[in-house]
Amino acid sequence: MAKALTQSLPRFTVVKVVRAVAQARRFPGLSLSILLFLLVIPGLFAPYIAPHDPLKGSLTARLKPPVWVNGGSISYPLGTDKVGRDIFSRIIHGSRVSLVVSLVAIVLSGAIGTTLGLIAGYFGGKLDALIMRLVDISLGLPVILLALVFVAAIGPSFGTVITVTSVLLWSRYARQVRGETLSIRERDFIARARVAGASHLRIMFRYILPNVVNSLIVLATLQVGFVILLESSLSFLGAGIPRPTPAWGLMVADGRELIVVAWWVSMFPGLAIMLTVLSLNMFGDWLRDHLDPKLRNV
Amino acid sequence: MQRYIVVRFLQSILALWVMSLIVFCLARVTGNPLDVLLPMEAGPEEYERIAKHWGLDKPWFIPQDWSQPFDTQYATFMGKALRGDFGNSLKWQGYTAMNLVLQRLPATLELAGIALAISVVLALPIGVLSAALKDTAFDNGGKLIALLGQSLPSFWLAIMLMWIFAVILGWLPTSGRGGLTHMILPAISLGWFQVAALMRLVRSAMLDVLDSEFVKLARVKGLAEWKVVWKHCLRNAAIAPLTYFSITAGVLLTGSVVIESVFAWPGTGLLAVDAVRARDFQVVQAIVIVFAAVFILTNLLVDILYAYLDPRIRYQ
Repeated sequence: MAKALTQSLPRFTVVKVVRAVAQARRFPGLSLSILLFLLVIPGLFAPYIAPHDPLKGSLTARLKPPVWVNGGSISYPLGTDKVGRDIFSRIIHGSRVSLVVSLVAIVLSGAIGTTLGLIAGYFGGKLDALIMRLVDISLGLPVILLALVFVAAIGPSFGTVITVTSVLLWSRYARQVRGETLSIRERDFIARARVAGASHLRIMFRYILPNVVNSLIVLATLQVGFVILLESSLSFLGAGIPRPTPAWGLMVADGRELIVVAWWVSMFPGLAIMLTVLSLNMFGDWLRDHLDPKLRNV
Repeated sequence: MQRYIVVRFLQSILALWVMSLIVFCLARVTGNPLDVLLPMEAGPEEYERIAKHWGLDKPWFIPQDWSQPFDTQYATFMGKALRGDFGNSLKWQGYTAMNLVLQRLPATLELAGIALAISVVLALPIGVLSAALKDTAFDNGGKLIALLGQSLPSFWLAIMLMWIFAVILGWLPTSGRGGLTHMILPAISLGWFQVAALMRLVRSAMLDVLDSEFVKLARVKGLAEWKVVWKHCLRNAAIAPLTYFSITAGVLLTGSVVIESVFAWPGTGLLAVDAVRARDFQVVQAIVIVFAAVFILTNLLVDILYAYLDPRIRYQ
């Protein structure tokens, strides 16, 4: 009896975990709390939470393993890198980089894309054709390569990362907003606004925009995860955030050549990226199902 | 059909042209292009030689004298670019940028091909079974894979695979190019994202087909369930994931930049990263144009294939 129980245990646990994940898609409590504790709170209050300076290493504490491994100490809970910087503190400061880059890129590309999408959908005709051609082209550009060209010409910086991501992302907003504007434009209240003498600008931003806000929020949430992945890939390649800023992608890159002696240098920042993006995707899926079921196939 | 192909072809050319325009402008907007094109220690005669070669004393787009409309920097650049001349590499002395790229391209294509094969072999059965066994533990597991595929940074996955299989277990080599064993880890890391994306598409396409009338008929007729799923449904569902292959080409090529630098795989991706680090703009230019061309051509081929397979598009 006891033997049978232990044998059936592992399989049972796997099924349970899988079911829990499936359920988490229904209410994103788990993913929201991960986001809160991994991205938002550390991003806002990094200097107050982090136990060490993320940029200053201590030569006596180089390559210390995490606390639960032999030789680890409680003052460096996730270990240290090769110049003795605390990985835990660097991850906390790294969330600030991810948070700022993704928010700025999302807002910037969202503003550009929404405006162009409104114009294309509302006015139609040649302007629409021109903007949609631009959208097609921008969707067809290989992102990482484009970033590499920028970096080779300008050098890696915060601004480069944000420019490159915005150049890529605006088109998705434009396409979405244009599609919805096309159908909203034909509705009665728009015709009435026109009769009442509202200007084109006023109709676009006061009457059409509020009707597309829901899908914009969903799209933006799903994009944040994508931006974080993109930023970390660029930083990993040395084409994103310049050293010694504690960006997650850079930290994973630091651990690449140390993987034989110090696995923790790459492991933890990568886990941070994965958990953040995973939660953002789950939260975005949930938001989409609740705010905007139309988008389910995007 | 012909009209469709012509339109798509023109669009591809346009995209390629925009890419070249970006490359052209970036080198110039950011200051004197000679600073980008030449190493720091170059002397004045070197500057003069390169300036003459690229016609950098001429205006950008608008010729001074309209009787010679091609006497501009842009015309010179395009003329050379069309012939595949992007200048000599600064880092790798004695090679032209184009030579280097073409020399490294086979390694990249080899890796991308294997990654693609792995992703199809894994994604197709998982996706089909997920749809057939909807809402069971298997399907939930499939959803988990899909979710993880979207969220795992490929460079991190690559390093972790390297750690587990090369460092701890010692089964596979850590990096470099050699026999089949060298290819396993890079190909899996490169293909991982594809598995997830492709699987999701196969699953949703299968769900649509499983719901249709002819499947009900097949079942009513008393056909074995495996035959309904694997023969009748899969054949109809396989078309939708095909569109995804146009994205795949881009993801694999840009992914190769990341994965090749993790595994020191001597392909074009690694060349790109090395060239950027050395600020070898000539080589970066050449890589970007070649990659964009490969990417855009694959897109075009997939679109044509898709139109050929799906009559609804052909006759639009």
